[in-house]
Amino acid sequence: MEKRELTCIGCPLGCAITVTLDGGEVKDIVGFTCKRGKEYARKEVTNPTRIVTSTVRLIGSKTGACVVSCKTAQDIPKGKIFAVTAVLKDVIAAAPVNIGDVLLKDVAGTGVDIVATKAVR
Amino acid sequence: MKYEIAIIGGGPAGLAAAIAAYDAGCRSILILERDNQLGGILNQCIHNGFGLHTFGEELTGPEYAARFAKQVLDRGIEYKLNTMVLSISEDKKITAVNRTDGLIEIEATAVILAMGCRERSRGALNIPGFRPAGIYSAGTAQRLVNIEGFLPGRRVVILGSGDIGLIMARRMTLEGAKVLVVAELMPYSGGLKRNIVQCLNDFDIPLKLSHTVVDIQGRERVTGVTIAEVGPDRKPIPGTEIHYDCDTLLLSCGLLPENELSRGMGVTISPVTNGPVVDESLQTNIPGVFAAGNVLHVHDLVDFVSEEAAAAGRAAARYLEQGSQSGAGEINVTFEGGPRYTVPASIDPKRVSDDLVIRFRVGGVMKNRRVRLYLDDEVVVSRKRPVMAPGEMEELKLTKEALAAHPDLKRIHIAVEEA
Amino acid sequence: MYDVIIIGAGVTGCAVARYLSRYQGKMLVLERAEDVCCGTSKANSAIIHAGFDAAHGSLMAEMNVRGNRMVPQLARDLDFPFQMNGSLVVCMSEEDMPRLRALYENGVKNGVEHLEIVDSKRLHELEPNVSKNAVAALWAPTGGIVCPFNMTIALAENAYANGVEFRFNTKVTGFTRGSGCWTIHTDGGDFQTRYVVNAAGVYADVLHNMVSEERKLHITPRRGDYCLLDKQTGGFVSHTVFQLPGKLGKGVLVSPTVHGNIIVGPTAIDIEDRDGTNTTAAGLDDLIAKAGISVDNLPIRQTITSFAGLRAHEDHHEFVIGEVGDAPGFIDCAGIESPGLTSAPAIGETVAELLREKMGLAEKENFIATRKGLLDPKTLSREEYQALIRENPAYGQIICRCEQVTEGEIIDAIRRPLGARSLDGVKRRTRAGMGRCQAGFCSPRVMEILARELGVSQAEITKCGGASRLIVGVNKDSIGEVREG
Repeated sequence: MEKRELTCIGCPLGCAITVTLDGGEVKDIVGFTCKRGKEYARKEVTNPTRIVTSTVRLIGSKTGACVVSCKTAQDIPKGKIFAVTAVLKDVIAAAPVNIGDVLLKDVAGTGVDIVATKAVR
Repeated sequence: MKYEIAIIGGGPAGLAAAIAAYDAGCRSILILERDNQLGGILNQCIHNGFGLHTFGEELTGPEYAARFAKQVLDRGIEYKLNTMVLSISEDKKITAVNRTDGLIEIEATAVILAMGCRERSRGALNIPGFRPAGIYSAGTAQRLVNIEGFLPGRRVVILGSGDIGLIMARRMTLEGAKVLVVAELMPYSGGLKRNIVQCLNDFDIPLKLSHTVVDIQGRERVTGVTIAEVGPDRKPIPGTEIHYDCDTLLLSCGLLPENELSRGMGVTISPVTNGPVVDESLQTNIPGVFAAGNVLHVHDLVDFVSEEAAAAGRAAARYLEQGSQSGAGEINVTFEGGPRYTVPASIDPKRVSDDLVIRFRVGGVMKNRRVRLYLDDEVVVSRKRPVMAPGEMEELKLTKEALAAHPDLKRIHIAVEEA
Repeated sequence: MYDVIIIGAGVTGCAVARYLSRYQGKMLVLERAEDVCCGTSKANSAIIHAGFDAAHGSLMAEMNVRGNRMVPQLARDLDFPFQMNGSLVVCMSEEDMPRLRALYENGVKNGVEHLEIVDSKRLHELEPNVSKNAVAALWAPTGGIVCPFNMTIALAENAYANGVEFRFNTKVTGFTRGSGCWTIHTDGGDFQTRYVVNAAGVYADVLHNMVSEERKLHITPRRGDYCLLDKQTGGFVSHTVFQLPGKLGKGVLVSPTVHGNIIVGPTAIDIEDRDGTNTTAAGLDDLIAKAGISVDNLPIRQTITSFAGLRAHEDHHEFVIGEVGDAPGFIDCAGIESPGLTSAPAIGETVAELLREKMGLAEKENFIATRKGLLDPKTLSREEYQALIRENPAYGQIICRCEQVTEGEIIDAIRRPLGARSLDGVKRRTRAGMGRCQAGFCSPRVMEILARELGVSQAEITKCGGASRLIVGVNKDSIGEVREG
């Protein structure tokens, strides 16, 4: 049996939640005060995921911008964050870019796209 | 140039105020923005977490800004970019300058102050040591990394666990730098818990509470930083020094509302918030001059900024129609047990046309409290608060009905007590 | 072969260069830093002393009083900010009155004009925020405040306009004496010259001792920590408020600056490190404690920055100006601690005259006696400013919002002869970065302008030359490389 303590990040309350695991299976969750918190805790100990926000190089911008901000369109496994940034290193976007433009499909084998979060001329 | 409403700042506050003023019927609005794009500080806040309250989605800063900028463009609201306001006179004459128009003077019937805030510098913190390159406020580093794509350093010490410091800890790590430690003067972090988890814990970056920087080494470029533990008086304890070899020190030690223009025109500034003292319409002591967003008091969530600014925009539009009524009926909001200030600072019940939000921050971490809002002796709002912290702004809603039920109101009071 | 090489481009070296540039000859200034005004000249009290403090009969006293008389006209000729705001030396107790009177007598003997001892009532009329406990003060109307950066830069630019060469990033490593000439060895090569002027600040004794056996100089760097207060505190005092001087110097003063800040300092801490310009917690605490003695309710919480400068304190507490006995052709300007800034024009004139006589230098016919500083749009009328922007739109773009510095001024600061090449160089010439946000807002923008004007990438822009790079690379550039843990 394993107990994991974590702080819920769903809202500013930051409830202290304890998850009891047995062989990787969730046996008990205590400390949450809402449904989202319970779901977050379950996910965080079994399959933690994150949205990665970053920048990629940009060429051809009329405003002289050299980078454009971007994000993973959905959350990806937490353990793959650095694999994602390593791939982003070599991505070059071309202006003009609109919010939501796919800059890279299926980053680092996650099945998740990288999309632009800023419009750049 | 004459406008009915001039808005100083085209960041989230200015944009929301403009939209609300327009939607309330005003058609003569001008936004003055010093950067080369609308969006303000959000343009460099490329992380997500914005908009949960406003849009029900988690957006990045630029995306949130773009939603509001689009609404401004769709309504045809006028704005000037690359335009710096130099001064505003007491009678609301604005002097501004840009490359294309040159020096311009704008007469406004109403002014909404939405200038945001700036960061406390190393100098203002009186951190001893050399003055090498490599010391940045977290926001300046954020601009370099997120807008210019430049790395300010490779081995980083961060002072201050407010949200900007935490966010930059993650940013620098993701861009290939090594963040050695985040030191925090207080015994608690000033940032949101989600940022502690996602910016520090995720990357095993240590957080040292009750620590501060006591020396900076390096004559030309930072070569090292020494931190030390502090006692209850927040002074360094000799013998507790820890040294880090590093080339960068990022400072996230407080935000200060940017009120030079406000002071210059005679707006009364609160020494607690460093922002204007405002009434229920978010109006300052100068009739027709309103304030919203970080220039009024530093916010944590941009969603609250937008709400507050929208209220200011509506109030400015009302002012255009109704003019200013005298402040004879203002009741100072009083408080005890925790809050350091309230926005608004005073409320005239007769001038409240809608539900009113009262916002405040507490001065320390408090657990198991109950917050009560009193009108005279009656409790109109009572909320249990398991945790309150200085880093998280509190809100109380005072309804129109509740006010209406108290004619001859004498007292508006917020009490924070043990639950 | 040069006629004169001056070592050190601080205010002393630049003053010598400027007054020397009146004469014909090949002159060069060697400076180890990347710019003029990088040593003590950029970190001092910025006071033009009236001259009552320096011991009567000393060279310091003579140069101080002479310099004090020269500065107002020089400030007009060379276009640098100066204000004769007057000095007050505050006496905190009746027991100390003899010391105050002695200071007055000394000042009178030194030739300082209009000195007066004022009583508590008059003192508090002159300066309401002086401590309630002050009993009297020495009032010296001829004391003033100056911008030390602008003064040094103005002297340098004028010297340069009159033909003096400048070489930066050049450190002197040794000397060889030839017949009728000196060879100066530097990390950038050798230079030959008939005469050498040693204006090397805290290193002047090191250089002097390389060439002289007769008399060794010993300079102790005496550190002064300062706090600079927000312009909002402007007017807290309008005169320079001194405390009675002590063994280590003039004591802690509280003064307006020409730019509208309040400056508090300095401490007097003897150190060994000739480059030890770091402030210390103890120094700052000491400073804050002492500053509060002469004034009530000093708004020290409005500090926007603190810094330290090193005075070149020679053991004998006296300027060493003149040809070295056993090293003919080698002229010292050493031990230039306070009142060095005030004395600079007088020292410059004296040394220039000394060299003219020794070398038989002829006057230049077309000596340019004046110099115009940066155009500051804030000094223009609305119409003039509007016309300026039409002609040059860069003046319509504010870069430093705290000090309202425009892109036009920054470009001017970079492009002009002996122009800025670093963030600090821009800062000293334009004030961009000296405001309350301490360059938080403007530094990325100034870096961009510097890169563009100098034709380099932003990654090469430095804070103050040398290794002070601001950017280490671009995002993710080290990802995928093997890095140390």
